[in-house]
Amino acid sequence: MKLADIVCFKAIVAQLNSNKRDDVISELVKSLVDRQKMKGVDAKNLAKAVVKRENEASTGIGKGVAVPHVKHESVTEPVAVVGCSQQGIDFASLDKQPVYSVVLLLSPTANPDKHLQAMETIFKNLQKDDFRRFLRQAQTAEAIIEAIKDADEDDS
Amino acid sequence: MSKSTHEIEVEIRNPEGLHMRPAMLFVDLANSFDSDISVRHQDVCADAKSIMQMTMLAATCGTRLKVTAVGPDAGQAIQALRGLVENKFADDSQASVSEKEGSV
Repeated sequence: MKLADIVCFKAIVAQLNSNKRDDVISELVKSLVDRQKMKGVDAKNLAKAVVKRENEASTGIGKGVAVPHVKHESVTEPVAVVGCSQQGIDFASLDKQPVYSVVLLLSPTANPDKHLQAMETIFKNLQKDDFRRFLRQAQTAEAIIEAIKDADEDDS
Repeated sequence: MSKSTHEIEVEIRNPEGLHMRPAMLFVDLANSFDSDISVRHQDVCADAKSIMQMTMLAATCGTRLKVTAVGPDAGQAIQALRGLVENKFADDSQASVSEKEGSV
């Protein structure tokens, strides 16, 4: 699986409005629901579900990245969105450092294996120092898309 | 204390697979031991003390993982980690309930 297969490019938020975790989650979910044209999906409910999951255990895994996610009945295929913040977001990360790059993933409840594959793809790429650095420096959606394509090419 | 190597194969039996929360429990437990611990799934080998690497295993339900510990407390580490996996991370039922609640 490639990042480009799961990330919705049109929904990318290169400069997040807020630096508060819950607001960032809402902003990204809304962008995804709007741009991905997810029918019959209530963005507010979905954002709430992501926040609830986040409260159970932070997905801020360190090195300035967080991967908030939830499995939800209203989602049919795993789909992700990338958001970047120049100021940094408090995600209650494992290393207690602010988060600059957020990859938010929504997965269907019905297919846990696909969710794991999507997570594997995201983590495999976030492990790459170059990819994290490019994401951190990116200030436009185009730069983020380029970073994603470069990372995908790295694997092939 | 002398170093020893212990190795077992475990099967992931949670219906949801080794998703992030159980993986975190695994990493936390692994970090409580001095030994170096690695987990192998086919050709992917992960450091059991790194959540980033553990999530890369994409261990679905039914996946068999080889866990290897090398160090002074390798035996205890393997026993503890085996217990966690065999208990389905004690997370399984709770996780599915809370995820259902979250999806309403």
